Amino acid sequence: MTATLRAEGVTKSFGGVQALADCSLTAPAGRITGLIGPNGSGKTTLFNVMTGYERSDAGQVLLDDRQITSAPPRRVYALGIGRTFQLTRIFPRLTVLENMLVPGRQGRTGREQRAHAMELLAFTGIAGHAGALAGTLSYGQRKLLELSYVLVSDPAVVLLDEPAGGVNPSLIEHIADRIRELNQGGRTFLIVEHNMDFVMGLCHQLTVLDSGTVVASGPPEEVRKDPRVLDAYLGTGPGDD
Amino acid sequence: MTASTVPAAGRGAGLLTRGAGLLALTAAIAVFPLVFTNPTVTSFGVITLIFVAVAAAWNIFSGFSGYLSLGHAVFYGTGAYFLCVAAQDWNLTGAAIFWLLPLAGVAAAVIAVPLGLIALRVRRHTFVVITIAFFFIAQLSASNLSVTGGSSGLLVPAPNWASATYNNPFYYVAMIIAALTVALSWLVRRSRFGLQLRAISDDEDRAAGLGVRAMPVKLTALVLSAFITGMAGALWVYFIGEAFPQFVFDPLFDLAIVLMAFFGGLGTLAGPVLGALVLEPTQLYLTQQTSGYESEILFGALFLVVILFLPRGVLPTGAEYLVAGRERLRRRRDQGSAPGASGGASGGAADGASGGAPGGAGGGAAARPAAGGAS
Repeated sequence: MTATLRAEGVTKSFGGVQALADCSLTAPAGRITGLIGPNGSGKTTLFNVMTGYERSDAGQVLLDDRQITSAPPRRVYALGIGRTFQLTRIFPRLTVLENMLVPGRQGRTGREQRAHAMELLAFTGIAGHAGALAGTLSYGQRKLLELSYVLVSDPAVVLLDEPAGGVNPSLIEHIADRIRELNQGGRTFLIVEHNMDFVMGLCHQLTVLDSGTVVASGPPEEVRKDPRVLDAYLGTGPGDD
Repeated sequence: MTASTVPAAGRGAGLLTRGAGLLALTAAIAVFPLVFTNPTVTSFGVITLIFVAVAAAWNIFSGFSGYLSLGHAVFYGTGAYFLCVAAQDWNLTGAAIFWLLPLAGVAAAVIAVPLGLIALRVRRHTFVVITIAFFFIAQLSASNLSVTGGSSGLLVPAPNWASATYNNPFYYVAMIIAALTVALSWLVRRSRFGLQLRAISDDEDRAAGLGVRAMPVKLTALVLSAFITGMAGALWVYFIGEAFPQFVFDPLFDLAIVLMAFFGGLGTLAGPVLGALVLEPTQLYLTQQTSGYESEILFGALFLVVILFLPRGVLPTGAEYLVAGRERLRRRRDQGSAPGASGGASGGAADGASGGAPGGAGGGAAARPAAGGAS
């Protein structure tokens, strides 16, 4: 199961601040696409527009050739797009296993759901915490839990907002491996991330945002050398890694 | 749900103790009016069991979903007025009136649908304020409509039962409603529906983004809760025998059930039951012993204490103390020194709090499920 997710000419402003100006982005089916850019360049806003958490002022969002512009989050999810949040949004007062059961799938019995949930937790490596309250997990474990329950519905496209942010280095490698493995099954990924090693090592192609506009797009090696990118993003000083 | 990590043997034993405790509590409540035959005491029993049902019903909606309703008196009053009017119109008397209780529940549930569709669009404090507004609309309507008899109220024909055991039918009907409500809470708590409610309580937008249909889920919980509250209100008015707007729609009613749920433990199964079993008899006793307003001042103060120091309730906090105390005790034993005073004291405090329920066995039984749930 795979699909292409596209944003075309998306424009969004908050009050007088232009967050996104005519942004177009394609996350091709079965590929891992990275979305990078300095803080405040509009990456998360674009994510929110693409997953129905915010409405765009203009432009459209397409899943394959299907219009999903302004569809509410529940519908976007039902169509096979899962996402995580920069500051993870898990259910802290539910156990890890209960978190996994919130997104349930139709046509599965409780036992099947549980078994499937435990498989996914084993895959991401937090099955040992199944009975713990999710609020007691470490930051990195929360990221893994959020990734796990997004996978419950077997989405064709997964959007990850800073999956490596604030996570310790050994866990970052683990997360990257999981993403690669899921991608080998054909799943499309769109990833916002500041960690350049992570992005360069993982993504097949990159799109660079600066001040709400796309300044470059292409394979990582090319984007890395693009003078506009160096100027807009990589050249901004320390903190590039 | 947490049980999945507990070894099977331990889970079985835990269920057994819980089952035995629940059975003991039920038996104690069942024989209570046969042992204590004083009508004042049994009438306290009737009112207390009505509040057990109402607090548990309130918890099914507000405790699980996190939407705090201060307007449940609307459903209580709807059930009450429904019973008065229906008994009159259909010329029912005696035990036959009890058959109106489910219908009174349906009446309250029907009212809950439009109220829910309006109020459940907003969250947190806005939701609370809207429920309060509904409450005043209901109270003003009852004072002014002809169907409710306006401020002169309505009467329900009192059954001509023997005075010595007059309270007992009310008592046992209240007990059945309370037991069914607790059973319903348990079913909801372990169902997928209950899980969705608790997910909504934690992060509604996120739950919606994972496919949870938040509005129908919240509305269903409110309607269920209103159904039981309406039945309880109808039973109450039949027991009291008269309906006046200021008593049927009483703002203190809402504060009382919220306090009960918070006192015992919001969102837990046993918490609201414990809260009602402890607080309602206390309130009734104080009201009887004093001129009335002292108990209200006392309850206001208690509300403050609970919100400030036990925001999660006696049961969850007590269970934490108990676990922490045991842990400290074991660590000390491991170090080879004698168990100290602090571990024993905190354990004792938790036991003491739950022992306040009528019947020592009942208090212990109520404390145990929450201790398991919190671990």
